[in-house]
Amino acid sequence: MTNQITYKQFGDNAILIEWKPIIDKNILSDIITYKEKILQSDLEYLDIIQAYNSLTIVFNFKVNNVKNKIFKLQSIYSSILEIEKKTLYKWEIPVCYDLDFGIDLQEISKKLKISIDEIIKLHTTPNYTIFFIGFLPGFFYLGGLNKKLFFHRKSTPRLHVDKGTVAIGGMQTGIYPNNSAGGWNSIGKTPIDFFNADKENPCFAKAGDEIKFRSISKEEFYQIEKDITVNVFKIHKTLKYD
Amino acid sequence: MIKVLKAGFYSTIQDKGRFGFASFGVPFSGVMDAYSADLANSILNNPLTNAVLEITFGGCVLKFLNTTIICISGADFSPKLNDKPILLNSKIRVQKDDVLSFGKINFGVRCYLAISGGIDSPIILNSRSQFKNVTFSFKINNGDIIPIKQQPKEFFSSKSSIKIRKAHFSSEILECNVGPEFDWLSTTQKEKLFTDNFTISKNNNRMGYQLNEILNNKLPQLLTSSVLPGTVQLTPSGKLILLTRDCQITGGYPRILQLSENSINRLSQKTTNYVIKFTLKVI
Repeated sequence: MTNQITYKQFGDNAILIEWKPIIDKNILSDIITYKEKILQSDLEYLDIIQAYNSLTIVFNFKVNNVKNKIFKLQSIYSSILEIEKKTLYKWEIPVCYDLDFGIDLQEISKKLKISIDEIIKLHTTPNYTIFFIGFLPGFFYLGGLNKKLFFHRKSTPRLHVDKGTVAIGGMQTGIYPNNSAGGWNSIGKTPIDFFNADKENPCFAKAGDEIKFRSISKEEFYQIEKDITVNVFKIHKTLKYD
Repeated sequence: MIKVLKAGFYSTIQDKGRFGFASFGVPFSGVMDAYSADLANSILNNPLTNAVLEITFGGCVLKFLNTTIICISGADFSPKLNDKPILLNSKIRVQKDDVLSFGKINFGVRCYLAISGGIDSPIILNSRSQFKNVTFSFKINNGDIIPIKQQPKEFFSSKSSIKIRKAHFSSEILECNVGPEFDWLSTTQKEKLFTDNFTISKNNNRMGYQLNEILNNKLPQLLTSSVLPGTVQLTPSGKLILLTRDCQITGGYPRILQLSENSINRLSQKTTNYVIKFTLKVI
């Protein structure tokens, strides 16, 4: 597969590498491989920002010779270097779709003319791909929401959305990793921690992994919440095969 | 150690930022005005990577529990040690139980308190910069004890202070490069961007500065991509947002300009109603 890739200078200290502006799993896998090659190369950089169709390489110095830098990156991309592929996982995320948590479920159900049970079924069926993590620490950009569940964002964002809230915004679904303001529609809540700065690896999952939601009762929600605080809960994961 | 008697308006511990965690969605953070923070650390012969206290509009009262040397750079909020005025950009010897406070705001928005040896707060994900849900607190609070590194053996203070470039605080000009979506703008929009004066709205903080003026546009939305401190975004309603150090790492608005590092520093010393002008960097 050949991907059209463009390179642009992004300010004094960064190079922006862009793919076709679409949400696409082939592009994701190309981006992951490219990033992995950069990580294993001798290129010096400060950080790399990954998004749907871009990688941004941030340097801690002014890039004086942009052409040279781009040439270097291109040679890393086309190198046939055997890279060690990271193991990808599918994570099962327990979600309680109780109306106390899914405070927008009734409105969505009414406007989309889909029963709440059907919404839960449609939301728990797909394997969602994690394209990248952005917006807030630990916020997963997920692909794979069923078209039937597309629902416009709130015209005025809520000032407070609970940590763990599972929500739908436009064509996307996501989980709020911490309390924050937010304009998406709340359909449930998970007791799982999506970001923990005290851990060496602050997020359990990474770009390229998949997640699947599992509907749980309120009782189970509180039980898992308890288990997490005493460190006895393990998120169920399986190997993801391409 | 330093005891925070009064936290003031908004003071945070900052170093050069938190890099290497973008894959978890963690912003870079770091001192807003790196020019002034570097100056304060340099005067004390500290490494530039030492953490400093970034104090917005003064208001804070700090009590030193150790003897040490400090330097304050950046904005002038009439700093006082035990109610006696002290110089900016100068080494100041501080005794145990001395109290640092601030008075009248003369110029600027953020000042930097560097301490010989540096602030020794916990390093979280490679940085001491305070950020919500990453560090224990996102700012300093009344009663906090700020740990500082062991004081050096030799003490000396000097009466001299370094002259700083006035333009750092007074210049309205923000130098920038074109942003990745600059070419989406029409010739008229580009012209407007570089000839009009803009003013800073009341929505300005460590995450970003929104401007009051509107740049009418029908630009398409951007598929969520990277943004950096200094990125100038154009929203569908025509609002311009200048992202600063605590900005998210991704965004969905077209990125029309990218401020130079020096301009981010200058912007950090401006606030509501200040005038700014964009100018393209000559390459």
